[in-house]
Amino acid sequence: MNIVQITIIGRLTLPNNDFDQFMGSADYVADEALRNAVNVSIALKRPLLVRGEPGTGKTLLAHSIAKGLGKRLIVWNIKSTTKAQEGLYVYDTVQRLNDSRFGDSDISDIKQYIKLGKLGQAFTSPEQVVLLIDEVDKADLEFPNDLLNELDEMSFHIPETNETMVAVHRPIVVITSNAEKELPDAFLRRCIFHFIEFPDPNRMEEIIRVHFPDIQNNLLREALKAFYLLREIDEFRKKPSTAELIDWIRALTAGGISHEQVFKEVPFVGTLLKKETDYYHFVTRRMGRRPSGNRTDVYGMLH
Amino acid sequence: MFADFFYALKTRKVPVSITEWMTLMEALSKGFISNLDEFYYLGRAILVKSEAYFDQYDVAFQEYFRGIEAPADIPEQVLDWLKDPINRMTLTEAEKAIFDTMNFDELLREFEKRLAEQKEQHDGGSYWIGRGGTGPFGHSGSHPAGIRIGGESKGRGAIQIAQQRKFLNYRSDLTLDVRQIKTALRRLRQLSRTGPEDELDLEETIDATAKNAGEVELCWTRTRKNTVKLLLLMDVGGSMVPHAKVCSQLFSAAHSQSHFKDLQYYYFHNCIYESLFRDIERQVEVSTENLLHTLGPDYKVICVGDARMAIQELTEKYGAIYYYQRNETPGIIWLKRIAEHFTHCVWLNPEEPYYWNHPTVLVISKLFPMFELTLDGLGEAVNRLNVKR
Repeated sequence: MNIVQITIIGRLTLPNNDFDQFMGSADYVADEALRNAVNVSIALKRPLLVRGEPGTGKTLLAHSIAKGLGKRLIVWNIKSTTKAQEGLYVYDTVQRLNDSRFGDSDISDIKQYIKLGKLGQAFTSPEQVVLLIDEVDKADLEFPNDLLNELDEMSFHIPETNETMVAVHRPIVVITSNAEKELPDAFLRRCIFHFIEFPDPNRMEEIIRVHFPDIQNNLLREALKAFYLLREIDEFRKKPSTAELIDWIRALTAGGISHEQVFKEVPFVGTLLKKETDYYHFVTRRMGRRPSGNRTDVYGMLH
Repeated sequence: MFADFFYALKTRKVPVSITEWMTLMEALSKGFISNLDEFYYLGRAILVKSEAYFDQYDVAFQEYFRGIEAPADIPEQVLDWLKDPINRMTLTEAEKAIFDTMNFDELLREFEKRLAEQKEQHDGGSYWIGRGGTGPFGHSGSHPAGIRIGGESKGRGAIQIAQQRKFLNYRSDLTLDVRQIKTALRRLRQLSRTGPEDELDLEETIDATAKNAGEVELCWTRTRKNTVKLLLLMDVGGSMVPHAKVCSQLFSAAHSQSHFKDLQYYYFHNCIYESLFRDIERQVEVSTENLLHTLGPDYKVICVGDARMAIQELTEKYGAIYYYQRNETPGIIWLKRIAEHFTHCVWLNPEEPYYWNHPTVLVISKLFPMFELTLDGLGEAVNRLNVKR
């Protein structure tokens, strides 16, 4: 892929050298507000909380920061069952119990049963890392509160070994949320917040060009036209977003679709509409044709 | 510094705290903010923690910083706006007709003339050109990002962004979408341990194992599940037609919510009488009496309706608006029986509280705690339903 430099317009040189580190990376288009939010969160040592519609690149932002600053990325994917403690360390009692009965290793050394979690790994890493806490709202309501102290102090205590883990370098923390649950106020107060808006057509064009530097102008224009039209249909349960558009354009270019067909026929519409009902709504009602293939052809690949 | 801005945000009900304000001051003192644009974005990133408050932030920002930036030429923005044919699509037919009678140059001359006039007449207040929808520039309401010509705040940049108020649609006190309703409803939960014992109870296991002198003994427990059962009663009477969209959104959100143990829904016209409708188009009826017998008092009840009707529809025998309904018992009695049978009931009213000063609305709100059908109101209603009795 060609490297497309992201141009920074209208930025002033600032007295502070620590500031203004993140300038976007080759494959991620960040607007000025987002770059500012990232850089302030780095400079003020506060976690950055990112919210936005699914598919607008919340998770990719952390990858881009890591890439842009040349730092290692540690990803902590949050599930509904994740506990805050798991991010710090896990004391593998079952292994120790097992060893005490059947094993031959020295079980008096508790250290070997302490397994560091993602946050623990980020703290102990010899160089500064980017820590992504992905989809923080998936976990229990109290989860963010349980991490407050650790994120503030950047240290935690392991009572089993009587050790205190202090961050060697303060990791750059990026937290994403889909707003499925309200986050606690105490947690929010400590964060820098950024809401990724849905890109307007111009910015979208910029984003697409980053991913497809060689794309033909008329294909891109027709694709964007169709895409923004689709987004205006309110009946869809899930409106297509950036991630789906990129998939779609990939399918269009791979399939060698000419630009005249794009708006008229909307081929491979299954890459844009992921819900079966949306797909059938679109194909039967909007395009006035019977769905091709049998009902299992959700992704419309048989066109 | 800017302390009044802090209070401007407070008055606009943006939840800002001293902690966040101090963070902003830290950012300022370290020289991270060099112009008003940066102040706008960074202030927002640091002070506001939800897109629901971005609009209030915008309002407070333009109030506080109005007139600070150097003037820039507005006609150019207007030119762009007028040139772009897409913007015309947002106009009504009548407005479009006015547009079509003038060519672009005429339009521009007209605009400049009016702008000049306004400078003389209104120095100070912000003013939308041709507000009211009669002039060619009177499309103020039709386009959410429509250009606002400020009498004194001519700045581009931050203030202009704030003036666009493009986050209006995210305000939680104004609009609702299915996803937001889902989020609100998801808070309606009551976890209790049910089902087979299939979760390892670690504490118990350790205890039992220790008592067993180290011989491992596994203990199991039931998983925690949501036990909320919901009964949704929705008014589909004539006066509810303007609110059909928000009601159907509420319904689809509740319906697609899989975490309720049970969801029952019925419809009624204006008021509840002997029977409720399971299917409004096919007029499938269910007797209300039967419903009260079959559903336990632990069902949480959400009634949706404007509670607005002729007083006799609520209080009189045979008062029902539909002749064939011939109710032997006045509606108020039925409502009372529902409110007494179920321990947790709320009423969501899609009309603004401003209009609630109506005899039947007042009577019904005495029986059912009434909340406005907005995200905030829904949140309060859910809190009310979660209260333990």
